[in-house]
Amino acid sequence: MKLLKVSGSPHVHSDESTKKIMWRVNMALVPMLLVAIAFYGLNALLISAVSVGVCLLVQWLIEKFMLKTPTTICDGSAVVTGLLLAFNVPATAEMIWIVAIGALVAMGIGKMAFGGLGKNPFNPALVGRVFMLISFPVQMTTWPTVGKWFPMSLDTVSGATPLGIIKEGLTHEGATVQSVIAENGLPSLWEIFLGHMGGSLGEISALAILIGAIYLLCTKVISWHIPVSFIGSAFVFAGILWLVNPDQYIDPLTTILTGGIMLGACFMATDMVTSPMSKSAQLIFGCGCGLLTIIIRNWGSYPEGVSFAILLMNSVTPLLNRWCKPARFAK
Amino acid sequence: MSFSPILIAVLVLGVTGAVFAVVLYFVAQKFKVIEDPLIDEIAEVLPGANCGGCGKAGCRAMAEAFVKQGNMDGLSCPAGGPAVAQKVAALLGCAAEAAEPKVAVVRCGGSCDKATSKNSYDGLQDCAFANSLYAGESGCAFGCLGLGSCVKACQFDAIKVNPETGIAEVDEDKCVACGACVKACPRGVIELRNKGKQNRRVYVACNNKEKGSIAKKSCSVACIGCGKCMKTCPFGAIKVENNLAYIDYNVCKMCRKCVAECPSGSIHAVNFPQPVKKEASEPAAPVNQ
Amino acid sequence: MKTFAMGGVHPNDNKISTHAAIEQFPLPKQVVVLMNQHLGAPATPIVNKGDKVKTGQLIGEAQAFMCANVHSPVSGTVAKIEPCKDPFGLAKPAIYIDVEGDEWMDDIDRTPDIKKECDLTPAEIVAKLKEKGIVGLGGATFPAHIKYSIPEGKKAEYLIINAVECEPYLTSDHRVMMEHAEEICIGISILRKALGVPNAYIGIENNKPEPIRVMQEMAKNFEGIIVEPLKMKYPQGAEKQLINAITGRRVPSGKLPIDVGCVVSNVGTTFAVYEAIQKNKPLIENILTVTGKMLTKEQQHNYQVRIGISYGEIVRHAIGELPPTTGKVISGGPMMGKAMSNLDGPTVKGASSVLIIDESEATRGEESNCIRCGKCMNACPMGLEPYLFSSLVNNGKYEEAGANNILDCIECGCCLYSCPANKPLTDEIRLGKNKLRMIMAAKKK
Repeated sequence: MKLLKVSGSPHVHSDESTKKIMWRVNMALVPMLLVAIAFYGLNALLISAVSVGVCLLVQWLIEKFMLKTPTTICDGSAVVTGLLLAFNVPATAEMIWIVAIGALVAMGIGKMAFGGLGKNPFNPALVGRVFMLISFPVQMTTWPTVGKWFPMSLDTVSGATPLGIIKEGLTHEGATVQSVIAENGLPSLWEIFLGHMGGSLGEISALAILIGAIYLLCTKVISWHIPVSFIGSAFVFAGILWLVNPDQYIDPLTTILTGGIMLGACFMATDMVTSPMSKSAQLIFGCGCGLLTIIIRNWGSYPEGVSFAILLMNSVTPLLNRWCKPARFAK
Repeated sequence: MSFSPILIAVLVLGVTGAVFAVVLYFVAQKFKVIEDPLIDEIAEVLPGANCGGCGKAGCRAMAEAFVKQGNMDGLSCPAGGPAVAQKVAALLGCAAEAAEPKVAVVRCGGSCDKATSKNSYDGLQDCAFANSLYAGESGCAFGCLGLGSCVKACQFDAIKVNPETGIAEVDEDKCVACGACVKACPRGVIELRNKGKQNRRVYVACNNKEKGSIAKKSCSVACIGCGKCMKTCPFGAIKVENNLAYIDYNVCKMCRKCVAECPSGSIHAVNFPQPVKKEASEPAAPVNQ
Repeated sequence: MKTFAMGGVHPNDNKISTHAAIEQFPLPKQVVVLMNQHLGAPATPIVNKGDKVKTGQLIGEAQAFMCANVHSPVSGTVAKIEPCKDPFGLAKPAIYIDVEGDEWMDDIDRTPDIKKECDLTPAEIVAKLKEKGIVGLGGATFPAHIKYSIPEGKKAEYLIINAVECEPYLTSDHRVMMEHAEEICIGISILRKALGVPNAYIGIENNKPEPIRVMQEMAKNFEGIIVEPLKMKYPQGAEKQLINAITGRRVPSGKLPIDVGCVVSNVGTTFAVYEAIQKNKPLIENILTVTGKMLTKEQQHNYQVRIGISYGEIVRHAIGELPPTTGKVISGGPMMGKAMSNLDGPTVKGASSVLIIDESEATRGEESNCIRCGKCMNACPMGLEPYLFSSLVNNGKYEEAGANNILDCIECGCCLYSCPANKPLTDEIRLGKNKLRMIMAAKKK
């Protein structure tokens, strides 16, 4: 007869585990990966593989030799970081080695330096991305244009994203948003939604992002609060600007469909570790991200501001957790 | 090239700096705390571990208490020992109180083989919590739980739970007798006892206050309160209360007669020369061979 | 359908012993009657070794305020009076009685007739509850006579009968409602009279359609008894949550249900009240479920058990040997019950089940870092932040935990249940509460 076990109550568990949550996020990223491979072919596959591989390796090495703790690479969190990092870079051939450096920074500095999963104050994938953006500004803002399905090489034409083109175009004397769009033959809203624009791996198709996000919502990995408040506040703020001056500001629908807002709102800002916990704090967090994104896009020097916006809001997460307590049952 | 931007910047920063300097000066004057410099000097001498062994909030608070009182009566720094006491006494200009050096003693001998596990604990690794839950793995509601609350409380890395015995063990070289472990132990297993000459000590390694027959069920080396040791002791240092023998360390002369007499081997004699020590550490073997 | 305001979890309810009708558990050779079977001070033994006692005879007298009488559950001879280890290995004062036959006290009405009328005054009812040693059977074993003596200046408006049985596995309340609906309703009427409240509400979760139907049928014959089906959600049976679900009121922090005009009683208690008031039978028996996923359908039981029988005896009679993969044997439900270490320990008045849990289910998952998912916070029915308490308690900041209302915690276990990192949150919070109470008590001195 084995010994009876003793512990405090409860004696049953919901079967929920960190591992399950992380692998669900990975599942949700699959549609985006498929779209990326469809549009960018081998490069997309290689970049994702390198990014995930380096993330796993860095985590394993640090845990084995520096922290001397049992390895946790099976929990899927390094895969999430690797995939998200890959989704944040353009699918050019040279990104394959650049993303390896980014992955090293993301895992090494962004996550493991703080003690591993759960302890990092900033989203590690964004730390990696911002590091690459600052270190390799040209490579990080040169996108291959989308051409035929599953191209094997992408050395043909390269250019900027719609956001970049508009931002650049507006600096010319007398240019308006409409004239820039017309001159450069930018894709229509519908094309952007389905996935026909230059951009990072994961930004191509808003539809694929939505499919992933709905899966996460259904499996209760994320709640609606951050994505909705992020996208909503960006939409409202951009809409106000557009109403004030439609010549200088992009219309709100294009705003939320282009660039990384969808990806950021559904997958980056909702990262459990770096986002606040109570619902009210999550709403504030999302709104902050949305507002900062639009501010950086319109008045900053970068055409895209999602990464910076989320990182900035990550830094106030502990404060939001402190201020926005859940409603107590018993006053 | 115009120099005015440089000039403006220098002026603005310079003036700001000057204004803050003046403000800081007056604030510092206004909120100046006049403190006896002796407090600083004594705090310097104290170990600085803030262990709380003296009963004060920390070393600084202890230094303040020394200075306030002006002598060392009733105040002693267990962590610093006589060396620190001498220095403090010199600074205060009084006589150092000669306190007998002490050491923490874990009064439990119920190692895994003697107090076998009757269940397996799977909860929070904290003695106070497990104690609030139930009697423990061995079934003895008085002995060491081995979950390491004392280890967490020790500032000096002087107490460890031996994975083989499942009992906390004190490193007597590191232990400064601050008493943090005594407070942390929810069962009062740990006691501060005189360190003794050459670290020799005789003590009852049991804390079980149950009737002998019940205590024996959970642990083979439990004190059964038979009182043989009490009758044997030539100095009257042992008394039995609530089915548990206790040796008064101030009275004990370390003759070790009780060790040989104890039928359950619950009296430990440590750091004595070989033969006796061997018997003490293996109490299951008959003592008078 | 009503439920409580926030938090809660949905564990699989596993009510697999609902089919088993209540059986009388046979008398053993010896019973051990603990003197503290209730919240508060232990009762004082009033018999001596060698005394002959009858079933239902008073053997332990309540002398402190917070205390309840203890009666002999069997007839026989007092073998000894000395401490006995309870199922958790802790020694408690106890009376050992060798069973000889089953001779009951003469005043106890053992006929199956149902006696409806009760002409006692409220004060007399309370006095009789005290005399018969009635305590709350929902888990806390709070002495009933104290609960039904409404303090000066307070007024009861609602009597709420807790028939929620939100703990998974347990079916004793289910069976009592199925088999003793009329007695329960009479018991409720008596309590209504004692409190002087117009209406009593019976809260039953909607995973028990049969008892809901039976109780609704029966309630029609009684005045002022309303059956309130509730949406299934754990911990609906917690006093504060049940009050909230039925009345919408919330018991403020540190206050009692009576402060919002509510008195909550377990349905099992109402049955005991009926027996005590109408049949003169003291609380010497309770309904106990023997269940577990590993047991066959025939091994699932609902017993009427005299108090003082050891858990080991119950297990032997019900299923023989424990299954080889048994991980835990729990007294109570899997969410708030206590894992037993000493099956030789006797049952007490509040015992509701012997739950046998498989080793794989009983073993806690390996702990990992908190990923701040906030699941504990969303699951907390009191709107607290368990993850915060975890770090505060681990760093010894008990008073800061107190400032974050750690004492509001009802220890329902929802946080640990839902934690994906398997942090022992409920354990840590309990530890923090204990330490904080010690600090507060030390400060008062």
